[in-house]
Amino acid sequence: MQYKSQAVAKLYFIAAIALFAGQVLFGLIMGLQYVVGDFLFPAIPFNVARMVHTNLLIVWLLFGFMGGAYYLIPEESETELYSPKLAVALFWIFLVAGALTIVGYLAVPYATLAKITGNDLLETMGREFLEQPLPTKLGIVVVALAFLFNITMTVLKGKKTSISTVLLLGLWGLAVFFLFSFYNPANLVKDKFYWWWVVHLWVEGVWELILGSLLAFVLIKVTGVDREVIEKWLYVIVTLTLVTGIIGTGHHYYWIGTPEYWQWWGSVFSALEPIPFFAMTVFAFNMVNRRRREHPNNAATLWALGTGVMAFLGAGVWGFLHTLAPVNYYTHGTQITAAHGHMAFYGAYAMVVLTMISYAMPVMRGRAANSNRAQVIEMWSFWLMTIAMVFITLFLTAAGILQVWLQRFSSTPISFMQAQDQISLFYWLREGTGVVFLIGLILYIVSFFVGGDEKPAQA
Amino acid sequence: MTSSTPTLAQAPDSLPPHAATGGAPPGDLAVWVFIFAELLAFGVFFAAYAFTRMRHVELFDTMQLTLDRHAGALNTFLLITSSWCVARAVHAVEHTRNGAATRWLAGALACGGGFLIVKGIEYADKFGAGISLSTNTFYMFYLSLTFFHFMHVILGMVVLAILAVQTRRGDYRPGHMNGLESGAAYWHMVDLVWIVLFPLVYVMR
Repeated sequence: MQYKSQAVAKLYFIAAIALFAGQVLFGLIMGLQYVVGDFLFPAIPFNVARMVHTNLLIVWLLFGFMGGAYYLIPEESETELYSPKLAVALFWIFLVAGALTIVGYLAVPYATLAKITGNDLLETMGREFLEQPLPTKLGIVVVALAFLFNITMTVLKGKKTSISTVLLLGLWGLAVFFLFSFYNPANLVKDKFYWWWVVHLWVEGVWELILGSLLAFVLIKVTGVDREVIEKWLYVIVTLTLVTGIIGTGHHYYWIGTPEYWQWWGSVFSALEPIPFFAMTVFAFNMVNRRRREHPNNAATLWALGTGVMAFLGAGVWGFLHTLAPVNYYTHGTQITAAHGHMAFYGAYAMVVLTMISYAMPVMRGRAANSNRAQVIEMWSFWLMTIAMVFITLFLTAAGILQVWLQRFSSTPISFMQAQDQISLFYWLREGTGVVFLIGLILYIVSFFVGGDEKPAQA
Repeated sequence: MTSSTPTLAQAPDSLPPHAATGGAPPGDLAVWVFIFAELLAFGVFFAAYAFTRMRHVELFDTMQLTLDRHAGALNTFLLITSSWCVARAVHAVEHTRNGAATRWLAGALACGGGFLIVKGIEYADKFGAGISLSTNTFYMFYLSLTFFHFMHVILGMVVLAILAVQTRRGDYRPGHMNGLESGAAYWHMVDLVWIVLFPLVYVMR
């Protein structure tokens, strides 16, 4: 570790992994509720399990991004973090606030939670992914601003590189677009319209910049390829992301009451959204093939390559699958969306955080790489989780195609619940692969506790 | 054998400028990736236009007559001229005449500005008549395609302005043309898109 203050990232990474485990557990609960409807009812109803599953995802990814930034920024800027103390304080504030929110979801009915947290003052709750009570939302803004202040000050007092600039752009964008979660117009069309400014412009906009910069950073470290080459790729990826992704928001505006031209704008631009992801795959493989050193951390390289491939498949290919308006007319809100959501979030964002952790954690623990034994276990966890996710996606896709057929396309369409019964086999299969995913995650956690002949830190 | 060495050393100067780069396209690979993506975006939109027109030939033919072809033709002339100016600018820098190159780039910028004015007058006319993206399918395409292109002209002009300043400052010289050639290639793309857009939307029936 080049700078002492980078060590604050460790806290963030540990919390991220713990919350990731929570997310997967609630995923399994929900997955079972798909087929055993009253499982854990009334203690944990489906809507609550779903809310916890998706909120934990967002929170652990935010922990991962922040940890990644705290590790990356000092090293890129070649200076200590502006205020490591602030970083530690923010960590505890964010963790406690996050935990209280989850406890709130589980302990009281959602309507009660809304009432006691002052939703009457400013109504922001009740919308998918943005279910957080007002105090939590305000807390997120405060933590995000203080975090941005900390890393921006670090960059300002140190060296400015393309990677840190792109990362800052992504993180500032993340904070700015989150502000739209406070805007909740009574008009349902407008509500949805701006809701996507948070959700879409996060995952298909500014988060991609965070993804690109974290990936570029790890690739520079493990391949030793010239910074100029990697930065050029990063710029191309960023430009392609913004060119396709911003107007690509239109693919959410097909059927919500917006003017018809969105069907064209959304279709054309979002059809091109796979391109930046494809560029990212080519980028990752190209850099690893041109590597000028053999870094002892093979697991990190594997995660980096995996991110390239899985992000392209999950976000690019599975996104394209249902992005064109005439196709989306049938697939909208079916299990096809769930299939895409799972693989895209895992492939792009979960994996890039795991890439960062895989590279940075050994360094923060005083070595260049973990022992071979630990790395083998980590690679096993990579393959188990990744293959499990591929099958989760395939089973959900199969379920989705059947659902579209039975419920919407056939000449004798059946109701939603009847269709759900018909596709339950695929839900069982998905639950099974979900268990495999959990085993992969357990192995991943185990890999942190395996000793052996650790590779010494590089001079 | 030894006599061939100086000949080789002189070779780059005597060869046409682009031959020295070993057949690679002028400018940076990154800009070509970007140009490719841009052309793909417009290409998809053009294809969508063509397929939609097939289903509404009558509407498209009627609506096409409401466009100002003369303005479109004038704009085509302006953009092709500006592309020529940019090509002359690159040529001038290759012969270390940066002053002339700067003037050529200024000429290209003037043509680009002319394009924006003509297009602005067309837009004012259409918006004044109450036409919007929701008027009909033809106008949805007309406004979308020309507006996206319009924004590209503005971006291209920003690039040309930066290049003009850099050229004047002497940042470019034979063998150090990467930025200039990249920007020039981008401007030619902006021109190329219009050369397809104009006949497709304004003229072809």
